[in-house]
Amino acid sequence: MNEIVLTADSILKKFPGVIALNGVSFDIRAGEVHALMGENGAGKSTLMKVLSGIYNPDEGAIHHRGKKVIVKTPKEARELGILLVHQELSLSPELSAAENIYLGDWPTNWFGIVNKRKMNAAAKTALDELGCNFGPEVLVRNLSIAKQQMVEIARTLVFNANVVIFDEPTGTLTTTEKDQLFEVVRSLRKKGVAIVYISHKMDEIFEIADRITVLRDGEVQCTVNTCESTIGEITNRMIGRDLDQYFHRAKSEIGNQLLSVNKLTIRGFFKDVSFSVRSGEVVGLYGLIGAGRSEVAETLFGVRRQDSGEIIFNKQKVSFSSPKQAIEKGMALVPEDRKSQGLILGMGGRHNMTLPHLSLYSNMGVPNVENELQIFEDYKTKLEIKTTGPEQMLSDLSGGNQQKLVLAKWLCANPKLIILDEPTRGVDVGSKSAIHQYIATLAEQGLAVIVISSEMPEVIGVSHRILTMAEGRLVGEYTGKEMTEENLIAAVSGLTTA
Amino acid sequence: MAILKKASETAKKHGLIGGFAIFLAVVSFSSPEFLTPGNILDVIRQVSITGMIAIGVTFVVITGRLDLSVGSMLTLLTVLVVDQHNQVGPAIAIAYTLFASLLIGIVNGYLIGFMRLNSLIVTLAMLSLLQGATLFYSGGSNVNVTNPQETWFRFFGRSEFVDIPVPVWIFFFSALVGSFVLLKTNFGRWVFSIGGNETASLFSGVQTRGVVLIAYVISGFGTGLAAIIMGSRVMGAQSTIGQGYELTVLSGIILGGTSMLGGSGTIWRTVIGVTMLGFVQNGLLLLGFAYYVQWLVTWAVIILAVWIDLAAKRGRVFV
Amino acid sequence: MSNTVGMKKDSAAKIMTSIKSSSLSILRIIREQHIWVFLFICMVVFSLASPYFFTLNNIGNVLTQGSFIGFLAVGMTLVMLNGEIDLSVGATLALSSALAIGLQESIGIWPAILVALLSGAFFGFINGALVALSGIHSFIITLGSLMGIRGIVFIFTGEEALMTSDYSYTEYPEIYIGPVSLTAMIFFGFALFFQWILSKTRHGLETYAVGDNEKSAHEAGIRVRRHKVINFTLCGLLAGVAGVLLSMRLGTAEPNAARIWELWTIIAVVLGGTRLTGGYGSMWKTVGGVITLAALLNGLRLLNTPNYIELIVMGTVLVLALILDKTLTSSQSR
Repeated sequence: MNEIVLTADSILKKFPGVIALNGVSFDIRAGEVHALMGENGAGKSTLMKVLSGIYNPDEGAIHHRGKKVIVKTPKEARELGILLVHQELSLSPELSAAENIYLGDWPTNWFGIVNKRKMNAAAKTALDELGCNFGPEVLVRNLSIAKQQMVEIARTLVFNANVVIFDEPTGTLTTTEKDQLFEVVRSLRKKGVAIVYISHKMDEIFEIADRITVLRDGEVQCTVNTCESTIGEITNRMIGRDLDQYFHRAKSEIGNQLLSVNKLTIRGFFKDVSFSVRSGEVVGLYGLIGAGRSEVAETLFGVRRQDSGEIIFNKQKVSFSSPKQAIEKGMALVPEDRKSQGLILGMGGRHNMTLPHLSLYSNMGVPNVENELQIFEDYKTKLEIKTTGPEQMLSDLSGGNQQKLVLAKWLCANPKLIILDEPTRGVDVGSKSAIHQYIATLAEQGLAVIVISSEMPEVIGVSHRILTMAEGRLVGEYTGKEMTEENLIAAVSGLTTA
Repeated sequence: MAILKKASETAKKHGLIGGFAIFLAVVSFSSPEFLTPGNILDVIRQVSITGMIAIGVTFVVITGRLDLSVGSMLTLLTVLVVDQHNQVGPAIAIAYTLFASLLIGIVNGYLIGFMRLNSLIVTLAMLSLLQGATLFYSGGSNVNVTNPQETWFRFFGRSEFVDIPVPVWIFFFSALVGSFVLLKTNFGRWVFSIGGNETASLFSGVQTRGVVLIAYVISGFGTGLAAIIMGSRVMGAQSTIGQGYELTVLSGIILGGTSMLGGSGTIWRTVIGVTMLGFVQNGLLLLGFAYYVQWLVTWAVIILAVWIDLAAKRGRVFV
Repeated sequence: MSNTVGMKKDSAAKIMTSIKSSSLSILRIIREQHIWVFLFICMVVFSLASPYFFTLNNIGNVLTQGSFIGFLAVGMTLVMLNGEIDLSVGATLALSSALAIGLQESIGIWPAILVALLSGAFFGFINGALVALSGIHSFIITLGSLMGIRGIVFIFTGEEALMTSDYSYTEYPEIYIGPVSLTAMIFFGFALFFQWILSKTRHGLETYAVGDNEKSAHEAGIRVRRHKVINFTLCGLLAGVAGVLLSMRLGTAEPNAARIWELWTIIAVVLGGTRLTGGYGSMWKTVGGVITLAALLNGLRLLNTPNYIELIVMGTVLVLALILDKTLTSSQSR
């Protein structure tokens, strides 16, 4: 057994309203890849941010090479040799690759003049070692996402990291780029670097990890050796419950075709997407982040314009130039990012709820406050939204209640089709199951529902039919017994089974 | 920490008004004419022009944008209304002026709302353009109403109704209408929602581009009304008449507590802001300070006001 | 046989791609430095329109006239790269110009100049400290100081234009190399120096990192607040330099000097291509913007156009520059 490099001991981290990490203990050995798995909101990212000094824990300790350390800032973490490769890249596009590698820690002389020759030489060595075909002086702005990621990884070589944390590194990479990344990860492991690898993708984890730790609701479920475990076991641990028992698939009568999409294309995002949805039906759209799922939804809803292809909605050929038109025809979209797209957090519940269909609640352009309050109270009871009142600022509500409000906002106008993009992201378990149940109710009332999600159990649990999407194309369609995790994984990672 | 928060909250709620009250007391003590009805009406009459503009600009600011072109716009429109008054009579001159104000608002709104250009730069460019247009129109010379005593145009700036100057009435009613539109109508909701979160508003079916355009049209229209009052009061115009108004207007709005980031604010705050600014300026003059000292005071007051507001929000004084 | 054909095709394709990539890189240069193309067009148009435009003397004039806005623009670029703005540069210029002349008699020319420069740096520092400590956006802070500093100028001058009694004072900047005046040389010196700072020093790299993403810059260990204070101070100092040189050139200091110059400065910087949102731009671009602005004004005056034309042209050019920048960046990102 190799030496233990980093230990997290009973870490507790609270945020307003939630306990993100509840006594998490965790260790990493030199020369191993330790995978950290868990559903969205399980606490993986929070744990990584604690280890790399972005968050400070409320309780608990971190030991580095046996010594207790307090990591207050990312800079201090870096000085210890702990580096994080961000999920969302944090590079400065107008600086060169080398300047980004050394971001904030440029080699300078007494007068603050950066020693570019030294910096570029060291950066070049690192980039070469990673097999990069670009020089240290190229501007990051001109690099692809995969290459930008290599720049971040080069940072770990330059600073001689002994712990490297990868946070969902393959989210936006193609298969070849992923293989290159894995080469790099393996060579780091060979050098004795301790690697933490966070990912959703079961196949990747089993390909690269030595040990796996599963987090759920801010607590460690288990730590196992990869070779002694199976995908099924890990999945169970992650979800922690029997699927059928917790998900509510709508027992609805499937009606007429409501939406049909034919060869929809936006260059650079998705190509030749064709499918149809019937009323009363819940269709799951599964794919990884960056597969083009949200873009398809936004195109249906009129946020984006397609380059080619047609949309037939309710027996009419439509081409919406703004969401307003889509809403008027009876479409609703619960967008992916609640905070930036779904709600106006500085406003109260009443204002948010009626915003998409103000005209329904107003006379001659003046909203009828009584009607608004009525509908607010209705949905507050119906969805059990916990709020002190219709004017309470939404920024004060928990994620789950915020998400319920987004749902309410779209439902109060009785749409014919509702598209839910990641409806339970960042939502606590209780609200999650309430939302799932509500999705079923909607379908039973005859709505057509499209659920976009990257959580497999969720898609499988709520859908009548699942479409899979990868790299901008629809790659499979599954119904009934074919809706299994194996099939979905195979479909989106390019393996052929269907 | 808690004490600090409480203190800053109290300061936020009452500090500005309290400070203002102290100021009023000090000035009226040393200058007895300060709080006489005559002087108060004078101040409010002066404020009404800034205020008319500020009401319109408040809409723009709540969407999270700026309008720096209002000063030049005021100049151009005042020159226009006075000059046209001599040529085609007051009624048509007023119609032209309001039409021009809407047109400028549409251009601003189109560039900023539909082409999504930076509002600071666009209205800056408009400032320069309108200055040029003014010089082009007037050739740089002053214009004066030829029959100031006879024309009914004097109604807007020089007459009184129930002992209160007409401009004050116009200001008051504009504030009422503006406040109604902002707080009670769908359009007002949209203005707030865009300032609060533009993407979410778009996703909620708000026609963001159109709403922004109309906000600029309102800003232009308010300036048009202000120009009519100004023309009527002065009965003339020169090419620098509106210089600096964009800054005074912004100062008033900021002082009232409307956030430059958008999403919050009310017309009444703006009215209070510009009125306080008016009294401070007038009071300093009465105290015998040169007029430019008021700038220095405005600087301090604005920064203090915004800082207190921010400190109360985040619960501590420094970032 | 088939092999050689294949190879020919291959090399043909290679040549094609290399042509394509070189034309792409020319396009990219034009895209990133479009101000120089614009300047070139301006020069050609005015040279054709007026025989006096493209003369050594006149080019020298353009450079000297442009320098005053130029100093302000160099400082403004630093601040704008941080994603901030300084609206008080015009007022600061007026103050230092007034101090340089007003204090001459009591404390002597050089101490007066020193005080003038320090006053610029001081108010820049105040701006920066207020921005960094309060968290209020610099637009509001400097909007306030624009009025406040102008108020101080009026108090100091007593609303009157100050005149130097020492005529030798106006002769200090009358040094020329060819047609290029000392003022212009100092401007280019500063532009070069700060371009060097931006590209070669720690402070320069920080400027981009902070402007691009303040949060990740902070996480990388950059002291963002201190950094911003330095840039605001430099911006104020440069306004001070401009004020002193302007007072030498005119021999007088008016309380209303440099009114709305902050707007011209912003126009020059934005015209050059530096973005208001921070993180993108350079001194080269700003120098381009400054010279273009000066050439435009000079050319229009040579053509004896009435003064309103320059205001109209300036507004139009600014909007066009913004639209151009918008189109280029959106085509780049797609």
